[in-house]
Amino acid sequence: MRRRTIYRHKLLPYLLLAPQLAITLVFFFWPAGQAIYQSLLIQDPFGLRTQFVWFENFQAILSAPRYLESVRVTLVFSTSVTLLAMAPALLLAVMADQVVRGATGYRTLLVWPYAIAPAVAAVLWLFIFHPSIGQVGQGLRALGIPWDYRINGDQALWLVIFVSAWKQVSYNFLFFLAGLQSIPKTIVEAAAIDGASSNRRFWRVIFPLLSPTTFFLLIVNIIYAFFDTFGVIHALTQGGPGRATTTLMYRVYRDGWINLDLGGSSAQSVILMTAVILLTVVQFRYIERRVHY
Amino acid sequence: MFNRFLTRSLVTLLAATLAVGFAQRVEIEFWHGLTAPSGPLLETFAAEFNASQDQYTVNATFRGSYPDTMNAAIAAYRAGNAPHIVQMFEVGTGTMLAAGPAIKPVHELFAETGIPFDPERYLPAVRGYYSLPDGRMMSMPFNSSTAVMFVNNDALAQAGFDPDTVALDTWDDVRTVAKQVVDTGAANCGFSFAWPTWTQFEQFSAIHDTPFATRANGFEGMDAELVINSPLHVRHVQTLIDMAAEGSFTYGGRDAAGDALFPSGECAILQGSSGLRGRVVREATFDWSIVPLPVYADAVTTPLNSIIGGASFWVMTAPGRTDAEYRAAAEFFNFLGQVEIVERFHVETGFLPIVFGVYEKLSAEGYYVTNPGADTGYLQLARTAPTPNSMGFRLGNLPEIRNIIQEEVETALQGQQTAQQALDNAVERGNVVLRAFERANR
Repeated sequence: MRRRTIYRHKLLPYLLLAPQLAITLVFFFWPAGQAIYQSLLIQDPFGLRTQFVWFENFQAILSAPRYLESVRVTLVFSTSVTLLAMAPALLLAVMADQVVRGATGYRTLLVWPYAIAPAVAAVLWLFIFHPSIGQVGQGLRALGIPWDYRINGDQALWLVIFVSAWKQVSYNFLFFLAGLQSIPKTIVEAAAIDGASSNRRFWRVIFPLLSPTTFFLLIVNIIYAFFDTFGVIHALTQGGPGRATTTLMYRVYRDGWINLDLGGSSAQSVILMTAVILLTVVQFRYIERRVHY
Repeated sequence: MFNRFLTRSLVTLLAATLAVGFAQRVEIEFWHGLTAPSGPLLETFAAEFNASQDQYTVNATFRGSYPDTMNAAIAAYRAGNAPHIVQMFEVGTGTMLAAGPAIKPVHELFAETGIPFDPERYLPAVRGYYSLPDGRMMSMPFNSSTAVMFVNNDALAQAGFDPDTVALDTWDDVRTVAKQVVDTGAANCGFSFAWPTWTQFEQFSAIHDTPFATRANGFEGMDAELVINSPLHVRHVQTLIDMAAEGSFTYGGRDAAGDALFPSGECAILQGSSGLRGRVVREATFDWSIVPLPVYADAVTTPLNSIIGGASFWVMTAPGRTDAEYRAAAEFFNFLGQVEIVERFHVETGFLPIVFGVYEKLSAEGYYVTNPGADTGYLQLARTAPTPNSMGFRLGNLPEIRNIIQEEVETALQGQQTAQQALDNAVERGNVVLRAFERANR
């Protein structure tokens, strides 16, 4: 038998929910609604002249070949960042989990990068990878590799992926480590007694038990790659060379903030928002089934 | 309790009324986007203006980069409390001009407040950029720079040239020298530039007396179209591609990214803003000089004046703005236009002396003898009377067009398209931007 409401008063539950709902409305639904409304307008930056154009902004965006190019860049970028941010984090977490002495020291060190602002991180890596003033950049050139991300699109994309992923490894590491530590030792030991090798123990026992964490991180990392990597791209490549590192998010910034095209930029945000909502729904529907809680 | 509160309020109110009765200073907000050393100096000027009289107070505040300042001002205007004066980079001029009721043109400001002002004191190439074709000044010029060429004399000497006599007047000269610099190992990079669109297209078109866009570069109407796929422009991009292929040119990145290549000694020749001189003085550990931009000798007989970069001050409107506030803005502008102020700004920051009299005064004092190269930008800017091709640009969304040109040229330098394709694409995409601007501002 399911327990029914424990509230006598009909209003009380709503009242208790009100603060949360108010915050959601003010900070999420209202701006999102504004973006949707703005995406249907053509307006000068000062808001002096406004034309309602229905879906013309969307039509213009989706018919531009360069938009599809950014879609491709974004897919490559997000997939790579997510993989590159999660795999090393898992490896580090597994290693750190086995460390007995000085464990806190290692963990603290591994968490540090997360405390660095994306733009600062980008500048740090710029000084390392810059072809003429960066140590690694100079080294690569000395080895005869024509390293110059300012003019080589593939290298530029690789660089922003690397820096964006590096930023996120710490965050993933923390969650993986917590996940590993919450796996009961007895299960792992039982598998060991049954004769499972350490490799087998990891893939057959630990990894499946870690899947809620992995799933959570997958979503968080994809959202990070979509929305939070702006600072890195802006500081390192500004979307170039050509359009090699212009992700959808960077386009939104440039069209809205620099080019002052509010309608077009809002329409892009709406598309991006829809895409991420869809992606999250798909993940919850299909991938979550394979997650063991 | 309530009584006490009431009494206190009344006293405060009375005090406030009395203050109004006596000497209430009119306060105006002034937002700028200048970093050190220029920004703090500008704030010093505002403080000096405040101290120089007892009627007006200018509150100068830094609002981030130029685009950030512009966006902050636009957001404030939409909320009904725009700053009285906002600094806007030169490429935002078209956007501001289209903002009709949001701005108060400078010529109107002075006419309505009855404060005397003589725009003729400003250099034509500076004044023209911020004026309508009929000469009415729309915004107040302040920090102006132009593009010049920095030369590493030590690297040239090492490559076998005499830095005092070497010719760098034409692109052929530049290419020959840059090639030899790289071939002899005198520097890793022979030639480069910062601000790609500004130095290689805007300045380039102006000094070659070639249009960048139709309708007098947009001065005569919002229906202008880009024409940077002309044979001369294509030839220039091809030169850059060829130079990159032979190793004499290294692309330095977008916007200001190329700046660092000269003071570090990486590049022997670099085209950049005249404002870079200050940094070169501080950082360069080699002997250097500053020369005018090169030309294609067969394309122009007398190179024209270069154009300016930098920013100007716009007066903005808001509901309930008073005459006194506009008067404050006008008086502040006149204060900033004084020869002594312009001279200090020029000497301390490296921006150009934009009013007549400053250059002459400093020359007479021998300033340019002890500070070689500080006058190259000014002389290049003032060398001819501006034609419609060298007056400046009045194109909406010019920042976006600059980006498009950078993108297309980068793609050509990567070998993914030819010079002609790059510029055809840039024209096509740029025109889409111009039409969108025309439509949004109709």
